[in-house]
Amino acid sequence: MSEIPGDLKFLKSHEWARVEGDGKVTIGISDHAQGLLGDLVYVELPNVGDTVEAGNACAVVESVKAASDVYAPLSGRVVEVNAALADKPETINEDAYGDGWLFTMEIDDADQLNELLTPDDYAELLEDEDH
Amino acid sequence: MTQKTILNETHRALGAKMVDFGGWDMPIHYGSQIDEHHQVRRDAGMFDVSHMTVVDLAGGKVRDFLRHLVANSVDKLQKPGKALYTAMLNPQGGVIDDLIVYYMSEDWFRLVVNAATREKDVAWITAQAAAFDVAVRERPEFGMVAVQGPNAREKVVGLLREEDRAAVSKLLRFSAREAKTTEGVDVFVARTGYTGEDGFEVIVPEAQTVAFWNALLAAGVKPAGLGARDTLRLEAGMNLYGQDMDDSVSPFEAALAWTVVLDEGRDFIGRAALEAQQAAGVPRQMIGLVMDEKGVLRHGQKVLTANGDGEILSGTFSPSIGKAIAFARVPAGEPGQVRVDIRGKEVPVRVVKFPFVREGKIQGGI
Repeated sequence: MSEIPGDLKFLKSHEWARVEGDGKVTIGISDHAQGLLGDLVYVELPNVGDTVEAGNACAVVESVKAASDVYAPLSGRVVEVNAALADKPETINEDAYGDGWLFTMEIDDADQLNELLTPDDYAELLEDEDH
Repeated sequence: MTQKTILNETHRALGAKMVDFGGWDMPIHYGSQIDEHHQVRRDAGMFDVSHMTVVDLAGGKVRDFLRHLVANSVDKLQKPGKALYTAMLNPQGGVIDDLIVYYMSEDWFRLVVNAATREKDVAWITAQAAAFDVAVRERPEFGMVAVQGPNAREKVVGLLREEDRAAVSKLLRFSAREAKTTEGVDVFVARTGYTGEDGFEVIVPEAQTVAFWNALLAAGVKPAGLGARDTLRLEAGMNLYGQDMDDSVSPFEAALAWTVVLDEGRDFIGRAALEAQQAAGVPRQMIGLVMDEKGVLRHGQKVLTANGDGEILSGTFSPSIGKAIAFARVPAGEPGQVRVDIRGKEVPVRVVKFPFVREGKIQGGI
């Protein structure tokens, strides 16, 4: 498994969040999640301007094998989506923490970031899952 | 208790991701199921199908027995080695299983049936065989490797001893024969498969199956998992038992009418029910669907037609076409503008003939 970048925060359900500054946060799914799903063939993203609420399904990633909901790690407003995924969903398989990002959102309340898992907590969770 | 084929450790050493499949611990892929899919369409790939059940039938009246047991007509099998795809039905006309029958000699026919239905199949066959004095013998001591793709036959032939190569190379489609490898191992080579590509399914004694697999690997045949097997067979328009048909579905409702022979005077199990259904009108039909919009068709999605609702049976993303394809069971009649309910959205789909893809080529109208 690839290294988990230290600047990310995670949900138990395998979404990641990266704080970009200016109250903006980028969202994606973890490398572990893409590995479980296998070859991705379709991504349904929210629309720019949509309001998403932490814990609610806000996107769908589909592999050949299965469709999986993506849950918003934070509450806020979608400001940008990764439109390149429409033609190249496999980017998520290739670079889950980089070019495979899903969307960027603006959050009002930075405190909610404290609710998320640190990379170490997330790594530990994955280890527990394996056992 | 999960069962393992003799190749289990080999799959793990090759980096396979393993899943439970009908009680068997099997490889779903070895990295990328889409790459494995293309490998089979373009060159040659191999699948461990050792979980499938080989049943040998012996006795003087095996042919009579099979005339009674299956819906297709074994009288089509006149040359030793010839094979037949058929369904075996219950008295209500529902499909107990689909299988391949190989005619080897008048007192030896070989059946290959599904893994997930093994117990019920063997029990059913054994019960029916009693009246015909046919011995039913399961052959768990075999492994089986399906080698599929445009270059698959040549790879297998290369592993056979010199004197068997010509004969195996000349095997017609849906035929089988016995041969020996260069190592002197007895194998049963059938020009059959579940991918829509040319190739062989090879039955090998379990003790030599790992060596046979490794010899194919050394010859450049890449391993492929159940994930690729599923997308390949659906593109090829082939049914999956348990998903596209089962005990409650007749062959007429599962696009298997071509496997039913209502020949004069043959009393096969389920025939009366099929004739009654035909006379009254078959209430449901299985159709092929392609979706031009992005997304994936999946088992269980609701299908809306002019005559009422149906559902997706097998559905997947087709790596060869780059679009979602599916089988659906819907009410009989002209379905009109068909839509599929995907997460609450009605997405239009096209009704198409299948196979969707055959021998590396996307079929007309897809």
